[in-house]
Amino acid sequence: MQPALRAIYTIWYREFIRFIRERSRIIGMIGQPLLYLLIVGQGIAAAMGFRGVPAGVPVNYVQFMYPGILGMSVLFTSIFSGVSIIWDREFGFLKEVLVAPVPRWATALGKALGGSTVALIQAAIMLLLAPLIKVSLTPVTILQLLGILFLISLGLTFLGIAIASRMTTMEGFQMFMNFLVMPLFFLSGAMFPMTNLPGWMSVLMKLDPLTYGVDALRRLVYSGTDPRALQYLVHYSLEFDLAVITGLALLLGILGSWSFSRQE
Amino acid sequence: MAVIVVQDLVKRFNDLVAVAGVTFNVEEGEIFGFLGPNGAGKSTTIKMLCTLLKPTSGRVTLAGFDVARQPDAVRRAIGLVFQDNSLDDRLTAEENLRFHGLLYGLSRSTIKERMDEVLAMVDLAGRRRDIVRTFSGGMRRRLEIARGFLHHPKVLFLDEPTVGLDPQTRSAIWQHIHRLRREKNITIFMTTHYMDEAENCDRIAIIDHGRIQALDTPDNLKRRLGGDVVTMMTVDDSRLQQEIAARYGIKVIKDEEGLRLQVDDGATFIPRVAADFRGQINSIHLRRPTLDDVFLSLTGRAIREDKVSSAELMRLNRRHGRRRH
Repeated sequence: MQPALRAIYTIWYREFIRFIRERSRIIGMIGQPLLYLLIVGQGIAAAMGFRGVPAGVPVNYVQFMYPGILGMSVLFTSIFSGVSIIWDREFGFLKEVLVAPVPRWATALGKALGGSTVALIQAAIMLLLAPLIKVSLTPVTILQLLGILFLISLGLTFLGIAIASRMTTMEGFQMFMNFLVMPLFFLSGAMFPMTNLPGWMSVLMKLDPLTYGVDALRRLVYSGTDPRALQYLVHYSLEFDLAVITGLALLLGILGSWSFSRQE
Repeated sequence: MAVIVVQDLVKRFNDLVAVAGVTFNVEEGEIFGFLGPNGAGKSTTIKMLCTLLKPTSGRVTLAGFDVARQPDAVRRAIGLVFQDNSLDDRLTAEENLRFHGLLYGLSRSTIKERMDEVLAMVDLAGRRRDIVRTFSGGMRRRLEIARGFLHHPKVLFLDEPTVGLDPQTRSAIWQHIHRLRREKNITIFMTTHYMDEAENCDRIAIIDHGRIQALDTPDNLKRRLGGDVVTMMTVDDSRLQQEIAARYGIKVIKDEEGLRLQVDDGATFIPRVAADFRGQINSIHLRRPTLDDVFLSLTGRAIREDKVSSAELMRLNRRHGRRRH
């Protein structure tokens, strides 16, 4: 096997083993999206109602939120997988990888693929819950959704890797959560539609790459609904969304591999 | 034949000079030791030799490959056992080894074979399927040594291989190291600040302030010092330090164990000093020089960890602040 392939496979394999061995992490990563969907979602729906949807469109707030929560679970899991390099550094294991005779970019790619695999497993479990909130998905839609989620996840894991390669202490971590990860989530349109918002907020939302991911997911989930409703639910064409997500995955892939290779 | 050639190696971190130009060779099959206190530049040097850190200037070739220009070839030729843990403690012993074997391009059948071999060597065959988190410090270190050896490196780097381990485990690890060298003729490059450990080396480089102060076999280093070492406990160490130094024209060093001095012939010196300072010396001992004495005479300080000066602590802290190195 080529050194690069070897590294990609080995690092991916390690991520996978570590994941299936940590039950608490599995429970946590399924529990958190459920918490948002069932409690936050139901609560907001009960308090506010879901204004703006044309009468007769069969989409309630929890259903609206569902694709956003898919995006959220992938966002958190992917970024944390990437950032876990900080723990690898702290507990020493990173050195073992850095002195191995394999290219560093391949190590970074293996890590990103591992993180994406874990995120996709989580997303697949979330997709199984769709009938609970009366969202029906065809097998083809599920495959398409997983494809989009994979692209989003790959980019975000690389983002985590890039950050972790430059972050030398654990102290920066909380700051990074508050000022990057949470805003990425809140501004992605996962929790509310991108209409009737203050202008500055619309601008920020347009700058959030996750917006296009959530938009694409929502379009796929509700592709069968009334076009009048769809017009309210999504804002961009699938082609445009895809172009942004793919471009971003590529860009972050280069950035992540480069940052990881440069660390000493 | 020299397997490691180091020429004028320098490493600077901003204004801090960690390694100030070292030159030496390591012969094939030799156990070569780097001896020095914390912050002397040992770990920085070892990191440069094994491609983890880029030298500021100077040149290193290892097994014929240039460390700066052919890092991958160098990495294939070396094994590393780090000062602190570098195992994945969520994986089993076996998984840690398999992982290493895969990264170093060994075939699955080779990995299986060597795994049995190295696990038996470090007496961990019975724990192979256990998660590393459940291992004691000594077991982890043994597993790391086994792992460093899995791909049959030409040179095995051991950075403080037995620091923090109990004496029993230390001597067991040394048995393994000697066996490796005997059976596979691999070169061992190690750093240590334990004197008794340094005695295991064929040659020792004493390093301090980023420079090599002396390089020779342990016996030659001690012989070079010559004479005897006299240690004594007195009623007033500070006063007698000065008075003895003045009276006999020799250097007297004071530490918390009393006074220490070096003379050509201890057997004639002791009765003299006992008569000259009657009633002021509580106890007096005579012994052959140890590596600790060699170190002391070369650097003016004892090597033991608790003797780290404040300047060195500062160097250490600065290095810790730069976690990426």
